[in-house]
Order: sequence, then structure tokens, then C-alpha cells
Amino acid sequence: MKKFLIALLFAPVMAFAAGAALHLDKWPGSVSDKAALQNGAKLFVNYCLSCHSASYMRYKNLMDLGLTEAQVKDNLMFAGEKIGDLMTVAARYDEQKKWFGATPPDLTIVARARGDAGAPKAGADWLYTYLRTFYRDDARPTGWNNVAFAAVGMPHVLWELQGTQVMNHETHKLELAVPGKMSPAEYDKAVSDLVGFMVWMGEPQQEYRQTLGIFVLLFLAVLFVVAYALKKEYWKDIH
Amino acid sequence: MAGGIYEKYKSDGSLAGNVLEWVDARFPATSMWKGHLSEYYAPKNFNFWYFFGSLALLVLVIQIVTGIFLVMHYKPDAALNAAGVPVAFASVEYIMRDVPGGWIIRYMHSTGASAFFIVVYLHMFRGLIYGSYRKPRELTWLFGVGIFLVLMGEAFFGYLLPWGQMSYWGAQVIVNLFGAIPVIGNDLSIIIRGDFIVGDATLNRFFSFHVIAFPLVLIGLVAAHILALHETGSNNPDGIDIKEKKDEHGIPLDGIPFHPYYTVKDIVGVVVFLMVFSAVMFFAPEGGGYFLETPNFYPADPLKTPPHIAPVWYFTPYYSILRAMVWNFFGLDAKFWGVVAMGASVVVFAFLPWLDRSPVRSIRYRGPITKAMVTLFVICFFILGYLGTLSPSPMGELVSQICMVFYFAFFLGMPWWSRMDKFKPVPERVTMK
Repeated sequence: MKKFLIALLFAPVMAFAAGAALHLDKWPGSVSDKAALQNGAKLFVNYCLSCHSASYMRYKNLMDLGLTEAQVKDNLMFAGEKIGDLMTVAARYDEQKKWFGATPPDLTIVARARGDAGAPKAGADWLYTYLRTFYRDDARPTGWNNVAFAAVGMPHVLWELQGTQVMNHETHKLELAVPGKMSPAEYDKAVSDLVGFMVWMGEPQQEYRQTLGIFVLLFLAVLFVVAYALKKEYWKDIH
Repeated sequence: MAGGIYEKYKSDGSLAGNVLEWVDARFPATSMWKGHLSEYYAPKNFNFWYFFGSLALLVLVIQIVTGIFLVMHYKPDAALNAAGVPVAFASVEYIMRDVPGGWIIRYMHSTGASAFFIVVYLHMFRGLIYGSYRKPRELTWLFGVGIFLVLMGEAFFGYLLPWGQMSYWGAQVIVNLFGAIPVIGNDLSIIIRGDFIVGDATLNRFFSFHVIAFPLVLIGLVAAHILALHETGSNNPDGIDIKEKKDEHGIPLDGIPFHPYYTVKDIVGVVVFLMVFSAVMFFAPEGGGYFLETPNFYPADPLKTPPHIAPVWYFTPYYSILRAMVWNFFGLDAKFWGVVAMGASVVVFAFLPWLDRSPVRSIRYRGPITKAMVTLFVICFFILGYLGTLSPSPMGELVSQICMVFYFAFFLGMPWWSRMDKFKPVPERVTMK
């Protein structure tokens, strides 16, 4: 079982319980990796979108991941939605509140919301840590608890992929008790892809924004040369 | 300088000339052009600090133009949509995603809000160090303080509109402050909110204030600020009056026409400013969590108070002063005195023209006392600003109390310390350093 230990990934739970800063694992992915984003989208619509909406996104926006309309319809849409529809859930939010005690939050911009001031990528790190630190806890109504989100209301939806982790209360580290369909390395990759999708979804134009920014700055640099030369020319007689 | 002292335009016989003559006979086109631009003589020694007035005007235009487009798509509605998200919050994300170019417009507006305060603070600092508020420019300064107050209101109202967690709870905290005023406080805060809590009524009236009332007042004050400035003429880094030395045509010897000299110079300033602005807007639109606060990516939830409510960075110095007041005076609650101190810390700027008793305007010819006081004031302002972003702590409280005392000592002690200083002789003509 030792090779299944993912111990070094986790901060001591005591530190978290004391309210100290939680150690976050660095999200290893990138929003430039289209294949990873596509895989993340697949995981998202399969595992998250049943309860969580992404209600600022439209299905057609998924075509920006390099997919055709047919590919989006065949692989990422299941309930007869139209391609221009928002990615909402079938269940009503007020009914969900009755079922779960709280409405599962909309996830469109969760990666931005979870970011801390000064660290724009912190939201991704938090999600990457959160989705990998569920463990069995019989004290919880769902039977699951989480290192990054104590007393979390959501059960471990990805348990069949990851398997079942338990908390070793002596080392305060998580141990894999029952292996899932994926090896820990495969699971980490899958979660990384899923987080990548959520980071991308938080601001789908983020890469274009930066590309455009470079052109804007280049234009302004040229304009600066012209403007400065004009100023010099006009001011040459002012002493 | 402005006014009807300019000869009316005479046509050269061409069609365009005839049209211009016709217009000029009925509208002060020539006199406005000459009085405010081509024959408005500004001192030739403006330095770096003199860019920020025209930049503030640029940011005002950016905010108005982007605001017009945002209003086309934004919906001030606190009701929940089918997905359980407030309509106002969802409409901002709609602008970010579904409106073509909407994200650029929105980031320009959100970055513009912070940029506005940056340039206005630098503009005010310029006035402070060169004594620009001194006689005869008191009214220019007062209109400027008015602009600053209205700008703070404008920013506060605008910050509620995205209807995020920090929008909501920030407004809740600030409006509750009015409740600390004795007797009328409670009713006053209900009138401001239009409800017992911040809700749809609050959102709608803040929207109205943000897009109509305050921008109108702001534009009026900006016009008055510029008219008053052009009546007296601009101050300069030497703090001397260029109108005292004129040539045979009555033109100040150290004056140059605003157009073309300062228009071409300000274009350089504009381009540099836009480079910094674009760098933020395109590469760090959240401004490290200071321009767009992270908790504001959660929709407003009246049932969930965020653990730490911090105002946006440009309000934090005053917020620190509010929190630093922890003493009850005259049987009134410390919270009330906090509000008084916070209000006073902004309004006190208006009294500068009468508090400063130095025989010279510019810091260049003032001695070590002035330089030390201004430096300490700026340091205190930054410390207060920094502490205002943090959660309350005993250490932070003590430091902010010290800074608050100095902040007020700077202003209230000015009639004495500004006179005590050593002064250097002021030059006859402006210096180009």
C-alpha cells in the first residue's frame, strides 16, 4: 500500500483545524493545453454538472476548446439542450437546497472566487487540493470529509476514480484504503485537467486577452516614439 | 484670460470660413478656443507632476464612455434568476462572456476606477507640495475637493453594482455607519438603503446615483475646476506668479500657449499612462486582488457574512481612521466619532488654503520642517491605507491611531509649523529643472 501513499501532498490537519493557512498543492496544469481542457470539460459535464450549474457559460463556448459543434453535442450534452443554451442544471436551486442543505454553488467562476489576493492562481491550487483530499468520515452525514474544506457538504463525487482515502490520525495524513479505477498518478492528472477546465471557464478569453495585450502595448510603444518626437520638435525652442 | 476679449473670426471668403464666421457671431467659438487653449498661457516649467490633471480628465472620459456601454447590458436586479444567481451578478458575467468586446469594456471600467484614484491622489499631492491651493486659487482647490468627494461617492455606489459578496457587505458596513449618527442615524440609513437591509431597492437607487446623479455633478465640478483654474492661471513647481512679468503684448514671459505646447506634451503622458493602464488591464485585471477583490467573484448572499470585509484600496486610509477611533467622547459612541473622524479626514483637505501660512508656495523654497511633515504625512497615508486592507489587530489599531493623530496634526498644526520653517529666496523667473 505504501506506493499509494500520497502523504507528502498534505499539510497537517491540525494546522488547518487551528485556522492556520492550509498548504495548497500547486496545480500542475495550464490553460493552453487544449487536450487537457477537453478532458476536463468531459469530466466536468459528467461529474459536476448534474448538481452544479455553470450558468454563465453556453455550450457553444465549449467549441473554443477546439471542438466542433457535433463533438460538443455528442460528447458534452446529454439532456436535449440546444447548443446556445446556458449550462444550467435540471434541478431547481431551491429544491437542491432542501436536498443538500445548501444550493451547490455555480462553478463558472469558482476558480477566480477561490483565488486569494495577490495570487491569481491560488484558486486553481485550492481546487486541485480540494478535489484530491476527500476522506471517509462516518461523523459526517454524507460519510465524507475534506482536508481543504472541513465539514464539506458535498460527498466525494469522484470516489470511483480515486478510491477511498482515510485519515491516519497519528500522522495526520491521508492514506488510500480502497484503490479506485485510476492510479493516484492518473487521478491527479484527471483532477488537474478538471481544474484546468474550471480555470479556463472562469475567463474563457484569458489567453486572447494576454495576446491582445501584447499587441496593444506594441502599438502604444510605437505611438510613444511618435508622440515623444512630436513633443521634442515643438519644444525645441522652449528653454 | 477667458472671455469675450477676442476678436470675432473674419471669413476669408471660402465656404468653411463663411460657416465659421456665422457660427462665431453666434457662439464664443474663437474666444473659447483662444481663451482656454491657443492663448491660455501656462508656465513653461511644468514637470512630471503636472500630467495628472489631464490624465484625470482622460480617465473620466474612459469611465463615461465605457459606462455608457456597460449600462446597455447591465441589469440592476437583485432577484435570483433560474439558476439561483442574482440577475445583476449574472449580467456582469454576461457582459464578460456574451457581449462582443464586453470584457474589454468591463475591465477598462474596473481598472479605470482604480486608475482614477491613483491619478487624483497624485494630482492632489502635486497641489500639496507646490502650494497650488494658495491664494488666488482657493476656489480651484475647493472645486477639486468637491470632485474628490463626489468621486468617492461615485466609486462607492458603483462598487455595489456587480452585486458580489464584497459589494454587498461593503455597502452594508458603510451604510450602517450613518446609523451611528445620534437621533437621525437609524432613519437616515433606512432612507439611504430604501430598505431595512441592503436589497433590490438599494441596488436600484445606487445604480441611479452612479449613472446619472453623480456623473452630472462630477462633470459640472470638473468644468468649474477648469474655469476657475483658467481664470487665475496655473501655478507651477516654483510656486511663483508668471503674470507678474509680462512682455509688451501682455503675455507672461514664462508662459507658453497651452496648445500646442502642453497638448503635445500631454499626449506623451497619455501614451505612457495608457501603457501602464493596458499592462494592468490585459495582464492583471484583478490588480492582485486590489482592483477586483476576490470575494466579489461570489454573488451577494445576505445570509453569509464574509470573514473579512475590506473596502477597495482607495478607501482604506479613511477606513483605518474609522477603525482607529475607539474612544467614547461626551457620552457618544466611539462608532459615531469614527464616522466623524473619517469624514473630517477627507473634508479637512478643503481648509488647506487657509491652514497654510507659509510665505512661499512651493516646497522647493521651504525648509526641512515642511519636507519632514509632508514626507511623514505621505508615509502615514500609506500605512493607514495598508492597515485598512487587513483584519483588525491590536498592533494595527495602535499604529493606525498614531498615524491618525499625525494625519490630523499635519493639517491642524499647519498654521504654526508652516510659518516656523526656514525659507529660501524665491526666484524672479521660473526655473527649468
